[in-house]
Amino acid sequence: MDLNTEVLTQYLPLYQKAAVLTVKIGYFGIVLAIVIGLFCALIQYHKIPVLRRIIAVYIEISRNTPLLIQLFFIYYALPKIGISTNAESCGVAGLAFLGGSYMAEVFRSGLEAIPPIQKESAYSLGLSPLKTMFHVILPQAVSISVPGFVANVIFLLKETSVFSAISLMDLMFTAKDLIGLHYNTIEALFLLVVFYLIILLPVSVLGSLLERRVRHAGFGS
Amino acid sequence: MAEHLLTVRGLTKRFGSNTVLKDISFQVERGEVIVVIGPSGCGKSTLLRCINALEPIEGGEVLLENDVVNPGGKNLIELRQKIGMVFQSYDLFPHLTVLKNITLAPMKAQKRKKAEVEAEAMALLERVGLKDKAQSYPRELSGGQKQRVAIVRALCVHPELLLFDEVTAALDPEMVREVLDVMLNLAATGKTMIIVTHEMRFARAIADRVLFLDGGDIVEEAPPERFFTAPETERAKRFLETFEFKSVKARPATP
Ligand SMILES: Nc1ncnc2c1ncn2[C@@H]1O[C@H](COP(=O)(O)OP(=O)(O)OP(=O)(O)O)[C@@H](O)[C@H]1O
Ligand SMILES: [Mg+2]
Repeated sequence: MDLNTEVLTQYLPLYQKAAVLTVKIGYFGIVLAIVIGLFCALIQYHKIPVLRRIIAVYIEISRNTPLLIQLFFIYYALPKIGISTNAESCGVAGLAFLGGSYMAEVFRSGLEAIPPIQKESAYSLGLSPLKTMFHVILPQAVSISVPGFVANVIFLLKETSVFSAISLMDLMFTAKDLIGLHYNTIEALFLLVVFYLIILLPVSVLGSLLERRVRHAGFGS
Repeated sequence: MAEHLLTVRGLTKRFGSNTVLKDISFQVERGEVIVVIGPSGCGKSTLLRCINALEPIEGGEVLLENDVVNPGGKNLIELRQKIGMVFQSYDLFPHLTVLKNITLAPMKAQKRKKAEVEAEAMALLERVGLKDKAQSYPRELSGGQKQRVAIVRALCVHPELLLFDEVTAALDPEMVREVLDVMLNLAATGKTMIIVTHEMRFARAIADRVLFLDGGDIVEEAPPERFFTAPETERAKRFLETFEFKSVKARPATP
Protein backbone atom coordinates (compact mmCIF):
# COMPACT_ATOMS: atom_id res chain seq x y z
CA MET A 1 0.00 0.00 0.00
CA ASP A 2 1.47 3.32 -1.06
CA LEU A 3 0.46 6.20 1.14
CA ASN A 4 1.19 9.64 -0.09
CA THR A 5 2.56 11.41 2.98
CA GLU A 6 2.09 14.80 1.44
CA VAL A 7 -1.60 14.14 1.09
CA LEU A 8 -1.73 12.80 4.63
CA THR A 9 -0.19 15.92 6.15
CA GLN A 10 -2.45 18.06 4.04
CA TYR A 11 -5.55 16.23 5.25
CA LEU A 12 -4.53 15.94 8.88
CA PRO A 13 -5.91 19.27 10.15
CA LEU A 14 -9.26 18.59 8.53
CA TYR A 15 -9.48 15.24 10.29
CA GLN A 16 -8.44 16.76 13.57
CA LYS A 17 -11.26 19.26 13.34
CA ALA A 18 -13.71 16.55 12.41
CA ALA A 19 -12.53 14.33 15.26
CA VAL A 20 -13.09 17.12 17.76
CA LEU A 21 -16.63 17.50 16.47
CA THR A 22 -17.27 13.75 16.64
CA VAL A 23 -15.94 13.59 20.20
CA LYS A 24 -17.90 16.64 21.25
CA ILE A 25 -21.21 15.36 19.91
CA GLY A 26 -20.42 11.88 21.16
CA TYR A 27 -19.68 13.21 24.63
CA PHE A 28 -22.84 15.28 25.00
CA GLY A 29 -24.98 12.64 23.35
CA ILE A 30 -23.69 9.90 25.63
CA VAL A 31 -23.98 11.98 28.80
CA LEU A 32 -27.60 12.71 27.89
CA ALA A 33 -28.13 9.04 27.06
CA ILE A 34 -26.89 8.11 30.53
CA VAL A 35 -29.30 10.54 32.17
CA ILE A 36 -32.22 9.31 30.05
CA GLY A 37 -31.22 5.69 30.60
CA LEU A 38 -30.98 6.03 34.37
CA PHE A 39 -34.32 7.82 34.52
CA CYS A 40 -36.06 5.18 32.39
CA ALA A 41 -34.45 2.32 34.30
CA LEU A 42 -35.59 3.71 37.66
CA ILE A 43 -39.16 4.19 36.39
CA GLN A 44 -39.25 0.65 35.07
CA TYR A 45 -37.63 -0.83 38.17
CA HIS A 46 -40.22 0.83 40.37
CA LYS A 47 -42.99 -0.15 37.93
CA ILE A 48 -44.47 3.35 38.01
CA PRO A 49 -47.82 3.11 36.21
CA VAL A 50 -48.41 4.90 32.87
CA LEU A 51 -44.85 6.28 32.73
CA ARG A 52 -43.42 2.78 32.44
CA ARG A 53 -45.70 2.06 29.46
CA ILE A 54 -44.60 5.25 27.72
CA ILE A 55 -41.00 4.33 28.36
CA ALA A 56 -41.52 0.81 27.06
CA VAL A 57 -42.83 2.28 23.80
CA TYR A 58 -39.88 4.68 23.60
CA ILE A 59 -37.41 1.86 24.14
CA GLU A 60 -39.00 -0.26 21.41
CA ILE A 61 -38.98 2.61 18.91
CA SER A 62 -35.48 3.68 19.79
CA ARG A 63 -33.96 0.21 19.63
CA ASN A 64 -35.76 -0.95 16.52
CA THR A 65 -35.09 1.97 14.19
CA PRO A 66 -31.69 2.89 12.72
CA LEU A 67 -29.95 5.99 14.02
CA LEU A 68 -29.97 7.34 10.48
CA ILE A 69 -33.78 7.36 10.39
CA GLN A 70 -33.92 8.91 13.86
CA LEU A 71 -31.55 11.66 12.74
CA PHE A 72 -33.55 12.34 9.56
CA PHE A 73 -36.68 12.56 11.63
CA ILE A 74 -35.14 15.03 14.06
CA TYR A 75 -33.44 17.01 11.32
CA TYR A 76 -36.16 17.23 8.70
CA ALA A 77 -39.43 16.46 10.46
CA LEU A 78 -39.15 18.42 13.69
CA PRO A 79 -38.65 21.83 12.04
CA LYS A 80 -41.92 21.19 10.16
CA ILE A 81 -43.77 21.22 13.48
CA GLY A 82 -41.97 24.35 14.61
CA ILE A 83 -39.05 22.84 16.54
CA SER A 84 -35.95 24.26 14.95
CA THR A 85 -32.65 22.49 15.28
CA ASN A 86 -29.16 22.84 13.94
CA ALA A 87 -27.12 19.90 12.74
CA GLU A 88 -24.99 19.64 15.89
CA SER A 89 -27.85 19.62 18.37
CA CYS A 90 -29.58 17.17 16.05
CA GLY A 91 -26.60 14.86 16.32
CA VAL A 92 -26.59 15.13 20.09
CA ALA A 93 -30.35 14.58 20.27
CA GLY A 94 -30.23 11.61 17.92
CA LEU A 95 -27.44 9.95 19.84
CA ALA A 96 -29.21 10.58 23.14
CA PHE A 97 -32.47 9.20 21.74
CA LEU A 98 -30.77 6.03 20.56
CA GLY A 99 -28.39 5.68 23.50
CA GLY A 100 -31.05 6.37 26.13
CA SER A 101 -32.81 3.10 25.43
CA TYR A 102 -29.61 1.06 25.33
CA MET A 103 -28.45 2.59 28.61
CA ALA A 104 -31.91 2.06 30.11
CA GLU A 105 -31.77 -1.65 29.34
CA VAL A 106 -28.30 -2.02 30.84
CA PHE A 107 -29.17 -0.11 34.02
CA ARG A 108 -32.51 -1.88 34.41
CA SER A 109 -30.99 -5.33 34.22
CA GLY A 110 -28.34 -4.15 36.69
CA LEU A 111 -31.05 -3.02 39.11
CA GLU A 112 -33.00 -6.23 38.68
CA ALA A 113 -29.92 -8.33 39.36
CA ILE A 114 -29.77 -7.08 42.96
CA PRO A 115 -31.50 -9.63 45.21
CA PRO A 116 -34.60 -8.25 46.99
CA ILE A 117 -33.07 -9.10 50.34
CA GLN A 118 -30.61 -6.24 49.88
CA LYS A 119 -33.48 -3.79 49.82
CA GLU A 120 -35.24 -5.54 52.67
CA SER A 121 -32.26 -5.58 54.96
CA ALA A 122 -31.64 -1.89 54.25
CA TYR A 123 -35.28 -1.16 55.08
CA SER A 124 -35.13 -3.14 58.29
CA LEU A 125 -32.10 -1.09 59.33
CA GLY A 126 -34.38 1.94 59.06
CA LEU A 127 -33.02 3.38 55.82
CA SER A 128 -35.63 5.22 53.77
CA PRO A 129 -36.44 3.96 50.25
CA LEU A 130 -34.50 6.87 48.76
CA LYS A 131 -31.39 6.28 50.88
CA THR A 132 -31.64 2.56 50.20
CA MET A 133 -31.68 3.25 46.47
CA PHE A 134 -28.79 5.68 46.72
CA HIS A 135 -26.47 3.87 49.14
CA VAL A 136 -27.32 0.21 48.62
CA ILE A 137 -29.05 -0.58 45.32
CA LEU A 138 -27.60 1.91 42.82
CA PRO A 139 -23.90 1.40 43.64
CA GLN A 140 -24.30 -2.35 43.17
CA ALA A 141 -26.45 -2.01 40.06
CA VAL A 142 -24.07 0.45 38.45
CA SER A 143 -21.11 -1.86 39.03
CA ILE A 144 -22.99 -4.75 37.50
CA SER A 145 -23.85 -2.51 34.55
CA VAL A 146 -20.26 -1.52 33.78
CA PRO A 147 -19.50 -4.08 31.02
CA GLY A 148 -22.77 -3.37 29.20
CA PHE A 149 -22.25 0.33 29.73
CA VAL A 150 -18.77 0.30 28.18
CA ALA A 151 -20.07 -1.72 25.23
CA ASN A 152 -22.81 0.88 24.73
CA VAL A 153 -20.39 3.81 24.81
CA ILE A 154 -18.27 2.20 22.12
CA PHE A 155 -21.36 1.28 20.09
CA LEU A 156 -22.66 4.85 20.28
CA LEU A 157 -19.32 6.38 19.31
CA LYS A 158 -19.23 4.12 16.28
CA GLU A 159 -22.78 5.10 15.38
CA THR A 160 -21.65 8.73 15.07
CA SER A 161 -20.38 7.75 11.60
CA VAL A 162 -23.89 8.32 10.23
CA PHE A 163 -23.85 12.00 11.22
CA SER A 164 -22.48 12.88 7.79
CA ALA A 165 -25.99 12.21 6.47
CA ILE A 166 -27.23 15.41 8.11
CA SER A 167 -24.22 17.37 6.82
CA LEU A 168 -22.33 17.33 10.08
CA MET A 169 -18.66 17.73 9.25
CA ASP A 170 -17.62 14.72 11.24
CA LEU A 171 -14.92 12.19 10.36
CA MET A 172 -17.05 10.24 7.91
CA PHE A 173 -18.20 13.43 6.19
CA THR A 174 -14.63 14.66 5.88
CA ALA A 175 -13.44 11.38 4.40
CA LYS A 176 -16.28 11.19 1.86
CA ASP A 177 -15.79 14.82 0.97
CA LEU A 178 -12.07 14.45 0.36
CA ILE A 179 -12.51 11.29 -1.69
CA GLY A 180 -15.04 13.12 -3.85
CA LEU A 181 -12.72 16.07 -4.30
CA HIS A 182 -9.32 14.50 -4.92
CA TYR A 183 -9.85 10.73 -5.37
CA ASN A 184 -7.11 10.06 -2.77
CA THR A 185 -9.27 7.23 -1.50
CA ILE A 186 -6.57 5.27 0.30
CA GLU A 187 -5.20 8.21 2.25
CA ALA A 188 -8.69 9.43 3.16
CA LEU A 189 -9.82 6.03 4.38
CA PHE A 190 -6.55 5.39 6.18
CA LEU A 191 -6.93 8.57 8.20
CA LEU A 192 -10.57 7.74 8.88
CA VAL A 193 -9.64 4.40 10.41
CA VAL A 194 -6.75 5.92 12.36
CA PHE A 195 -8.90 8.67 13.84
CA TYR A 196 -11.69 6.32 14.84
CA LEU A 197 -9.10 4.14 16.54
CA ILE A 198 -7.63 7.18 18.31
CA ILE A 199 -11.08 7.95 19.68
CA LEU A 200 -12.20 4.41 20.48
CA LEU A 201 -9.07 2.69 21.75
CA PRO A 202 -8.69 4.85 24.88
CA VAL A 203 -12.40 4.36 25.63
CA SER A 204 -11.96 0.64 25.28
CA VAL A 205 -8.88 0.58 27.51
CA LEU A 206 -10.49 2.79 30.14
CA GLY A 207 -13.52 0.56 29.98
CA SER A 208 -11.52 -2.57 30.70
CA LEU A 209 -9.78 -0.85 33.59
CA LEU A 210 -13.14 0.18 34.98
CA GLU A 211 -14.46 -3.36 34.61
CA ARG A 212 -11.48 -4.73 36.47
CA ARG A 213 -11.90 -2.17 39.21
CA VAL A 214 -15.51 -3.00 39.93
CA ARG A 215 -14.74 -6.71 39.83
CA HIS A 216 -12.23 -6.06 42.59
CA ALA A 217 -14.56 -3.90 44.61
CA GLY A 218 -15.88 -6.78 46.63
CA PHE A 219 -18.70 -8.39 44.75
CA GLY A 220 -20.08 -11.88 44.81
CA SER A 221 -21.68 -13.43 47.85
CA MET B 1 -48.55 -5.21 84.91
CA ALA B 2 -45.81 -6.34 82.57
CA GLU B 3 -44.74 -3.86 79.96
CA HIS B 4 -45.46 -5.12 76.46
CA LEU B 5 -42.97 -4.09 73.86
CA LEU B 6 -44.72 -5.84 70.99
CA THR B 7 -48.35 -6.65 70.51
CA VAL B 8 -49.52 -8.72 67.55
CA ARG B 9 -53.30 -8.76 67.40
CA GLY B 10 -55.40 -10.77 64.96
CA LEU B 11 -52.66 -10.76 62.34
CA THR B 12 -53.87 -12.25 59.07
CA LYS B 13 -51.66 -12.56 56.02
CA ARG B 14 -52.62 -13.89 52.61
CA PHE B 15 -50.64 -14.46 49.44
CA GLY B 16 -53.41 -14.47 46.85
CA SER B 17 -55.86 -17.12 48.01
CA ASN B 18 -53.29 -18.75 50.27
CA THR B 19 -53.87 -17.65 53.87
CA VAL B 20 -50.44 -18.00 55.45
CA LEU B 21 -51.15 -16.48 58.87
CA LYS B 22 -54.58 -16.88 60.42
CA ASP B 23 -55.59 -14.45 63.09
CA ILE B 24 -52.32 -14.61 65.04
CA SER B 25 -52.17 -12.88 68.43
CA PHE B 26 -49.37 -12.74 70.98
CA GLN B 27 -47.45 -10.24 73.05
CA VAL B 28 -43.79 -9.86 73.86
CA GLU B 29 -42.55 -8.30 77.05
CA ARG B 30 -39.45 -6.20 77.24
CA GLY B 31 -36.45 -8.46 77.80
CA GLU B 32 -38.28 -11.57 76.74
CA VAL B 33 -36.86 -14.11 74.29
CA ILE B 34 -39.47 -15.79 72.10
CA VAL B 35 -38.56 -18.75 69.94
CA VAL B 36 -40.84 -19.55 67.02
CA ILE B 37 -40.67 -23.07 65.69
CA GLY B 38 -42.74 -25.06 63.28
CA PRO B 39 -42.59 -27.10 60.10
CA SER B 40 -41.28 -25.64 56.88
CA GLY B 41 -43.76 -23.39 55.14
CA CYS B 42 -45.88 -22.77 58.22
CA GLY B 43 -45.36 -19.03 58.01
CA LYS B 44 -42.47 -18.30 60.42
CA SER B 45 -40.55 -16.06 58.05
CA THR B 46 -43.75 -14.37 56.95
CA LEU B 47 -44.59 -13.62 60.58
CA LEU B 48 -41.23 -11.89 61.15
CA ARG B 49 -41.55 -10.00 57.87
CA CYS B 50 -44.98 -8.76 58.87
CA ILE B 51 -43.67 -7.59 62.24
CA ASN B 52 -41.33 -5.10 60.61
CA ALA B 53 -43.71 -4.30 57.79
CA LEU B 54 -41.76 -5.86 54.95
CA GLU B 55 -45.09 -7.44 53.97
CA PRO B 56 -48.50 -5.76 53.89
CA ILE B 57 -51.05 -7.55 56.05
CA GLU B 58 -54.68 -8.33 55.33
CA GLY B 59 -56.00 -8.12 58.85
CA GLY B 60 -55.15 -7.28 62.44
CA GLU B 61 -52.33 -5.09 63.63
CA VAL B 62 -48.77 -5.00 64.88
CA LEU B 63 -48.00 -2.56 67.68
CA LEU B 64 -44.59 -1.58 68.95
CA GLU B 65 -45.49 -0.17 72.32
CA ASN B 66 -48.35 2.07 71.17
CA ASP B 67 -47.29 2.67 67.58
CA VAL B 68 -48.85 0.80 64.68
CA VAL B 69 -46.25 -0.78 62.40
CA ASN B 70 -47.55 -1.14 58.87
CA PRO B 71 -46.25 -0.58 55.35
CA GLY B 72 -46.85 2.98 54.28
CA GLY B 73 -47.69 3.92 57.85
CA LYS B 74 -46.31 7.08 59.36
CA ASN B 75 -43.07 6.85 61.31
CA LEU B 76 -42.36 3.54 59.63
CA ILE B 77 -38.69 4.44 59.15
CA GLU B 78 -38.26 5.39 62.81
CA LEU B 79 -40.17 2.29 63.92
CA ARG B 80 -38.01 0.02 61.80
CA GLN B 81 -34.95 1.44 63.54
CA LYS B 82 -36.45 0.06 66.74
CA ILE B 83 -36.88 -3.39 65.15
CA GLY B 84 -33.67 -5.05 64.01
CA MET B 85 -33.75 -8.05 61.72
CA VAL B 86 -31.17 -10.61 60.71
CA PHE B 87 -31.93 -12.85 57.76
CA GLN B 88 -30.83 -16.34 56.80
CA SER B 89 -28.08 -15.15 54.48
CA TYR B 90 -26.86 -12.74 51.82
CA ASP B 91 -28.07 -9.63 53.53
CA LEU B 92 -24.72 -7.85 54.01
CA PHE B 93 -24.05 -5.15 51.43
CA PRO B 94 -21.35 -6.64 49.19
CA HIS B 95 -19.99 -3.29 47.96
CA LEU B 96 -19.22 -2.01 51.46
CA THR B 97 -16.61 -3.05 53.99
CA VAL B 98 -17.72 -4.67 57.22
CA LEU B 99 -17.32 -1.37 59.06
CA LYS B 100 -19.27 0.58 56.44
CA ASN B 101 -21.99 -2.07 56.46
CA ILE B 102 -22.40 -1.45 60.16
CA THR B 103 -22.15 2.34 60.16
CA LEU B 104 -24.31 3.05 57.11
CA ALA B 105 -27.71 3.12 58.81
CA PRO B 106 -26.59 4.85 62.04
CA MET B 107 -24.91 7.59 60.01
CA LYS B 108 -27.33 8.02 57.11
CA ALA B 109 -30.64 7.17 58.75
CA GLN B 110 -29.99 8.27 62.32
CA LYS B 111 -27.58 11.11 61.53
CA ARG B 112 -25.21 10.05 64.25
CA LYS B 113 -21.58 11.20 64.31
CA LYS B 114 -19.10 9.11 62.38
CA ALA B 115 -16.56 8.90 65.20
CA GLU B 116 -19.13 7.80 67.74
CA VAL B 117 -20.70 5.19 65.44
CA GLU B 118 -17.35 3.78 64.37
CA ALA B 119 -16.21 3.48 67.96
CA GLU B 120 -19.36 1.61 68.83
CA ALA B 121 -19.07 -0.59 65.75
CA MET B 122 -15.49 -1.51 66.64
CA ALA B 123 -16.44 -2.30 70.21
CA LEU B 124 -19.28 -4.55 69.03
CA LEU B 125 -17.04 -6.23 66.46
CA GLU B 126 -14.54 -6.91 69.20
CA ARG B 127 -17.26 -8.49 71.30
CA VAL B 128 -18.05 -10.96 68.52
CA GLY B 129 -14.37 -11.57 67.80
CA LEU B 130 -14.22 -9.80 64.44
CA LYS B 131 -12.33 -6.60 65.18
CA ASP B 132 -9.64 -7.48 62.63
CA LYS B 133 -12.26 -7.88 59.89
CA ALA B 134 -13.50 -4.28 60.00
CA GLN B 135 -11.91 -3.38 56.68
CA SER B 136 -12.73 -6.67 54.94
CA TYR B 137 -15.45 -7.06 52.35
CA PRO B 138 -18.27 -9.55 53.01
CA ARG B 139 -17.01 -11.93 50.30
CA GLU B 140 -13.81 -12.33 52.32
CA LEU B 141 -15.69 -13.69 55.35
CA SER B 142 -16.93 -17.15 56.22
CA GLY B 143 -20.65 -17.72 56.58
CA GLY B 144 -20.49 -17.62 60.35
CA GLN B 145 -18.47 -14.39 60.31
CA LYS B 146 -20.98 -12.80 57.93
CA GLN B 147 -23.84 -13.63 60.23
CA ARG B 148 -22.01 -12.20 63.23
CA VAL B 149 -21.43 -9.01 61.27
CA ALA B 150 -25.12 -8.93 60.31
CA ILE B 151 -26.01 -9.17 64.01
CA VAL B 152 -23.60 -6.36 64.92
CA ARG B 153 -25.02 -4.25 62.10
CA ALA B 154 -28.53 -4.69 63.46
CA LEU B 155 -27.36 -3.94 67.03
CA CYS B 156 -25.61 -0.72 66.07
CA VAL B 157 -28.94 0.88 65.18
CA HIS B 158 -29.96 0.37 68.86
CA PRO B 159 -33.14 -1.62 68.22
CA GLU B 160 -35.50 -2.43 71.05
CA LEU B 161 -36.55 -5.67 69.43
CA LEU B 162 -34.44 -8.09 67.41
CA LEU B 163 -35.84 -10.55 64.88
CA PHE B 164 -33.78 -13.53 63.76
CA ASP B 165 -34.92 -15.67 60.84
CA GLU B 166 -33.04 -18.98 60.83
CA VAL B 167 -29.74 -17.16 60.90
CA THR B 168 -27.76 -20.40 61.13
CA ALA B 169 -29.72 -22.45 58.61
CA ALA B 170 -27.33 -21.77 55.73
CA LEU B 171 -24.16 -22.36 57.73
CA ASP B 172 -21.79 -25.28 57.89
CA PRO B 173 -22.24 -27.12 61.20
CA GLU B 174 -18.94 -25.95 62.69
CA MET B 175 -19.94 -22.31 62.23
CA VAL B 176 -23.37 -22.60 63.79
CA ARG B 177 -22.05 -22.47 67.32
CA GLU B 178 -20.18 -19.16 67.01
CA VAL B 179 -23.36 -17.44 65.84
CA LEU B 180 -25.60 -19.04 68.43
CA ASP B 181 -23.14 -18.01 71.16
CA VAL B 182 -23.49 -14.38 70.11
CA MET B 183 -27.26 -14.70 70.39
CA LEU B 184 -27.02 -16.37 73.79
CA ASN B 185 -24.91 -13.44 74.92
CA LEU B 186 -27.51 -10.99 73.73
CA ALA B 187 -30.19 -12.86 75.62
CA ALA B 188 -28.04 -12.74 78.73
CA THR B 189 -27.79 -8.95 78.45
CA GLY B 190 -31.57 -8.66 78.39
CA LYS B 191 -32.26 -7.98 74.71
CA THR B 192 -35.81 -8.60 73.53
CA MET B 193 -35.74 -11.10 70.70
CA ILE B 194 -37.96 -13.18 68.48
CA ILE B 195 -36.00 -16.08 67.07
CA VAL B 196 -37.01 -18.49 64.33
CA THR B 197 -34.79 -21.55 64.46
CA HIS B 198 -34.54 -25.24 63.76
CA GLU B 199 -31.84 -25.71 66.44
CA MET B 200 -33.97 -27.36 69.09
CA ARG B 201 -31.40 -27.55 71.87
CA PHE B 202 -30.51 -23.92 71.33
CA ALA B 203 -34.20 -23.02 71.38
CA ARG B 204 -34.60 -24.78 74.67
CA ALA B 205 -31.60 -22.98 76.14
CA ILE B 206 -32.44 -19.46 75.04
CA ALA B 207 -36.24 -19.25 75.04
CA ASP B 208 -38.41 -17.75 77.72
CA ARG B 209 -41.39 -18.87 75.71
CA VAL B 210 -41.88 -21.07 72.67
CA LEU B 211 -44.48 -20.39 69.99
CA PHE B 212 -45.25 -23.47 67.91
CA LEU B 213 -46.64 -22.40 64.57
CA ASP B 214 -48.37 -24.82 62.22
CA GLY B 215 -50.66 -24.15 59.28
CA GLY B 216 -50.62 -20.43 60.02
CA ASP B 217 -51.86 -20.83 63.60
CA ILE B 218 -50.13 -20.65 66.94
CA VAL B 219 -50.87 -24.22 67.90
CA GLU B 220 -49.04 -24.20 71.19
CA GLU B 221 -47.47 -21.54 73.38
CA ALA B 222 -45.46 -22.68 76.38
CA PRO B 223 -42.26 -22.26 78.38
CA PRO B 224 -39.45 -24.27 76.78
CA GLU B 225 -39.19 -26.92 79.50
CA ARG B 226 -42.81 -27.83 79.20
CA PHE B 227 -42.90 -27.57 75.42
CA PHE B 228 -39.91 -29.80 74.82
CA THR B 229 -40.61 -32.38 77.51
CA ALA B 230 -44.39 -32.53 77.57
CA PRO B 231 -45.97 -30.88 74.51
CA GLU B 232 -49.73 -30.68 74.89
CA THR B 233 -50.82 -30.92 71.29
CA GLU B 234 -50.52 -33.90 69.00
CA ARG B 235 -49.08 -31.73 66.22
CA ALA B 236 -46.27 -30.42 68.42
CA LYS B 237 -45.49 -33.97 69.54
CA ARG B 238 -45.24 -35.16 65.97
CA PHE B 239 -43.10 -32.20 64.99
CA LEU B 240 -40.66 -32.77 67.84
CA GLU B 241 -40.43 -36.47 66.97
CA THR B 242 -38.98 -35.54 63.57
CA PHE B 243 -35.87 -34.40 65.43
CA GLU B 244 -35.42 -37.73 67.22
CA PHE B 245 -33.63 -40.71 65.82
CA LYS B 246 -34.38 -44.24 67.00
CA SER B 247 -31.36 -46.44 67.38
CA VAL B 248 -30.93 -49.04 64.70
CA LYS B 249 -28.17 -50.91 66.53
CA ALA B 250 -30.51 -53.65 67.73
CA ARG B 251 -31.65 -54.43 64.21
CA PRO B 252 -31.20 -58.09 63.25
CA ALA B 253 -28.58 -58.69 60.59
CA THR B 254 -30.04 -58.93 57.13
CA PRO B 255 -29.06 -61.93 55.06
N1 LIG C 1 -43.76 -13.80 48.40
C1 LIG C 1 -44.59 -14.85 48.49
N2 LIG C 1 -45.54 -15.05 47.56
C2 LIG C 1 -46.38 -16.10 47.64
N3 LIG C 1 -46.37 -17.01 48.63
C3 LIG C 1 -45.44 -16.89 49.58
C4 LIG C 1 -44.50 -15.80 49.57
N4 LIG C 1 -43.69 -15.92 50.64
C5 LIG C 1 -44.10 -17.02 51.29
N5 LIG C 1 -45.14 -17.60 50.67
C6 LIG C 1 -45.86 -18.81 51.12
O1 LIG C 1 -46.21 -18.62 52.47
C7 LIG C 1 -46.06 -19.81 53.19
C8 LIG C 1 -45.19 -19.55 54.40
O2 LIG C 1 -43.88 -19.21 53.99
P1 LIG C 1 -42.74 -18.87 55.03
O3 LIG C 1 -41.54 -18.55 54.22
O4 LIG C 1 -43.23 -17.86 55.97
O5 LIG C 1 -42.55 -20.25 55.77
P2 LIG C 1 -41.48 -20.65 56.86
O6 LIG C 1 -42.24 -21.13 58.03
O7 LIG C 1 -40.54 -19.55 57.08
O8 LIG C 1 -40.76 -21.88 56.16
P3 LIG C 1 -39.22 -22.33 56.26
O9 LIG C 1 -39.06 -23.04 57.57
O10 LIG C 1 -39.07 -23.24 55.10
O11 LIG C 1 -38.37 -21.11 56.16
C9 LIG C 1 -45.51 -20.84 52.25
O12 LIG C 1 -46.56 -21.65 51.83
C10 LIG C 1 -44.97 -20.03 51.10
O13 LIG C 1 -45.12 -20.74 49.91
MG1 LIG D 1 -38.48 -19.26 56.67
